[in-house]
Amino acid sequence: MLSQSVGTGKLSGPEQEALFCVVSHMIPSSDELELPGAADPKIFTDILRSIGRDLPALRHALHVLNEMAGQRIDALPPAQQAALLTSFRSAYPDLTGVLEAVTVRCYYRDDRVMAFLGMERRPPFPIGFDVPQGDWSLLEPVRRRGKIYRDVN
Amino acid sequence: MLNAMRNEPVDVLIIGAGASGAAVAWSLADTKMRILCLEQGDWPRSSDFPSASRDWEAQQSEDYSISPNRRGLAADYPINEDDSPIKIANYNGVGGGTVFYAGHFPRLHPSDFRVRSLDGIADDWPIDYQTLEPFYAINDRMMGIASLEGDPAYPPKEAVMPPIPLGRTGEKLGKAMNDLGWHWWPSDSAIATQEYQGRAPCINLGLCGAGCAQGAKASTDVTYWPEAVRARVELRTRCRVSRIETNDDGMATGAYYFDPDGQERFQPAEIVIMACNGIGTPRILLNSASERFPNGLANSSGLVGKNLMFHPYAQIRGHFDEPLDGYRGPPICIWSMEFYETDERRGFKRGYSYQFSRGLGPVRTAVTGMADGLLPWGEGHHAAFRRLFCRSAGMVSVCEDLPEEINKVTLDPHLKDSNGVPAPKITYRIGQNTQRMLDHSVARGIEILKTAGAQDITHRSPLPYAGWHLMGTARMGKDPGRSVVNEWGRAHDVKNLFIVDGSIFVTSGGVNPTSTIQAVALYIADQIKTRIYDLFD
Repeated sequence: MLSQSVGTGKLSGPEQEALFCVVSHMIPSSDELELPGAADPKIFTDILRSIGRDLPALRHALHVLNEMAGQRIDALPPAQQAALLTSFRSAYPDLTGVLEAVTVRCYYRDDRVMAFLGMERRPPFPIGFDVPQGDWSLLEPVRRRGKIYRDVN
Repeated sequence: MLNAMRNEPVDVLIIGAGASGAAVAWSLADTKMRILCLEQGDWPRSSDFPSASRDWEAQQSEDYSISPNRRGLAADYPINEDDSPIKIANYNGVGGGTVFYAGHFPRLHPSDFRVRSLDGIADDWPIDYQTLEPFYAINDRMMGIASLEGDPAYPPKEAVMPPIPLGRTGEKLGKAMNDLGWHWWPSDSAIATQEYQGRAPCINLGLCGAGCAQGAKASTDVTYWPEAVRARVELRTRCRVSRIETNDDGMATGAYYFDPDGQERFQPAEIVIMACNGIGTPRILLNSASERFPNGLANSSGLVGKNLMFHPYAQIRGHFDEPLDGYRGPPICIWSMEFYETDERRGFKRGYSYQFSRGLGPVRTAVTGMADGLLPWGEGHHAAFRRLFCRSAGMVSVCEDLPEEINKVTLDPHLKDSNGVPAPKITYRIGQNTQRMLDHSVARGIEILKTAGAQDITHRSPLPYAGWHLMGTARMGKDPGRSVVNEWGRAHDVKNLFIVDGSIFVTSGGVNPTSTIQAVALYIADQIKTRIYDLFD
C-alpha cells in the first residue's frame, strides 16, 4: 500500500542522540537475564528506521525534552537525565506514549528478547498457534438458568 | 462535472463494497440485472496482512492502523473527529470494516426493535426480529458463523459450525461468571473453525483485527464477493464516488466518481444503493445537495447525518498468577448478556453486552503496561514485564447508544479528501444514560475480574479509539418527517435510492452491528426483488 502522509524525513544527529539517551533509561540491558537494552545497536538501528508515522510527534517530544533540560538531554549527567525524564513523563503523558511506542515496537520483536520470553522467532502466519478447547461443561449452570432474553409480544 | 466522462448505464449501482454492499450485491445477482459496485479502496491482499510478518504488531500502527486519519492511505478520506471523545475506526477497501473487525458476530435481540414500546425512549424500528430472522440465518451461512446452539440470551438459532475455543481465558472468566451466577456463552464468531466453502480453518493467529492471513475470518472479500463476482456483478475498485445526480422527476440518475487515474466520470444507473457506512453515506448525501435538494439528497426530514450512534466501550483488564492464552487465538472468546435488557434499578435504561478478550502481544503488553503504570522504566522493567506478559485477560462493555440529534455527521467547511471532495466532521458527546451504563459496566467488570482472581486491574472509559460502529445517520421509519428511508430501505424523497448500511439503524442495541447490518441488507434486497415491478410507485 502506498501512503499519502508518511513523512520521509529522519531524525537529525542530535535528535538521535537524545532518543538514544531516552531509550537507555527506558529499557536497560540486564546482565543477569542476558537481555539487551533498547539502546543495543541492533535494536536502536531498528528503532531509527521504524519510526514511521510517529516522526512528527517524536520530534516534538524530543524538542520538549531538550527545552526542559535547558540543553541537550544527552549532555546532562545520568542522574539528572533520569530526574528530567521522570518530570517529563509526569507532565507529558501523550508525548511519553510516543517515545514508549517507537521503542517497544522494535525492542519486543528482537530475536533475543522473543527467545527470552519463550516466543518462537517467527510471524504468526503460516504456522499459527495452539489454543486449548477448554471445558465446555462449565456452561451447564448457564443452561440450567434458562432463557434471559426479553419477550416483546 | 460538465467534463466528466459518461459510462455505459447499469441497472443497479451499489456504492461501497463492505459488509452491506457485498450482501446486497450477492442477493440481487440472481435477478440477472446489470449490477456494478464502485469501491474507493482496493482488494486486500492476505499476503500483506501483518500476521505474515515479524513486525506484526508494529504494522498495526502504520498501514494497518484502525484509524483512517493515521493511515492516510490513498483509499482513505480524512475525518474531522476533534469534537468527539470517540475516534473513528474503519477500513476502506473491498470487505470494508469486516477486514479489520474481530469477527465477533452477535445479533440484535428481539427487544432492540421495540425500544420505544418497551422502555419509552428512542423509537421502535419499523421491522422486527422475526422479520429479520431468516436473513440472519442466510447471512450466518454465507459468512460461515462458528457458534454453540442453546444460548439462553437469544431465541433459538442454528449453529453453522463449532464455536471457537474457550481456551484458558474463557475457562477462567467463565468460572468467575458461574460463581457470580451471571450469563456467559461462547461468542458467535465470523471465524471458520473448520474448512468452509473454500476457507481454511482458524489457526489462532490472534490478529483478526488487522486482516486474517489464513482467510479463516469472514470478511466479505472472501465470502460474499467471490460469489457475487462469479454471478457477474462487476466490482470496480479505487473508484471514489463524490455525489449522486438527480433529474427533474427527483429520481437518482447515477453517481459521479473519480476513477483510479483521478478522472471524473459519471455512472448512469436505474437504481442507486448506498452502502458506505454511517459516515460515508451521509457524507455523499450531503455532498449531493442541489437546487432540487438544497439540504442534501433525501434530506427533507433534516435527519441525514443526525442521530449518530457509536457503541461507547469501557475496557477492563486484569492480570493473573498463571499464564493464559496470551496473544494466541481469536481475541474475543466469550460474551455476556447479563446486563443487556433494561433493569431500571441499575439507574439507566437499556443495557450492554460484554465481550471477553484474551491477552496481548508483547508490544501491546508493553505499551498498555507503561500507560497503566504497571511497567516501569529502568530497573524493574524486565521483571514487571514477565508478570504481565501472557497473564492478562479482560473485557470491553459494548454500551447501547441512544439516538440524539446533536450527535451528527456534517461536512467540514475546510477539510477535503485527495480528490477535493468535502470531508465529514463528527460532532458527538456521550449521553447521560450511556455514561451511567459505562460506569456500571466498569464496576461489574472489576467485580468479575476480582472474582476470577485478577490483580492489577485497570480500566479505560470510554475507550477512545473504538468508533467502529457507525449507526443512525439515515434512519429507517414509516414517517417521512422522522426518517430518511422507509421500512424497506428506500429513501422517502428519492424513489430509486436505497440505503442498506448501518446508517438506517433506528437504535443501536448493545452488540456489534455487522450481523444485523448484513441481515437488513439482505432483507432490503429481498424487498427490491419482491417489489421489482412497482418498485418506484
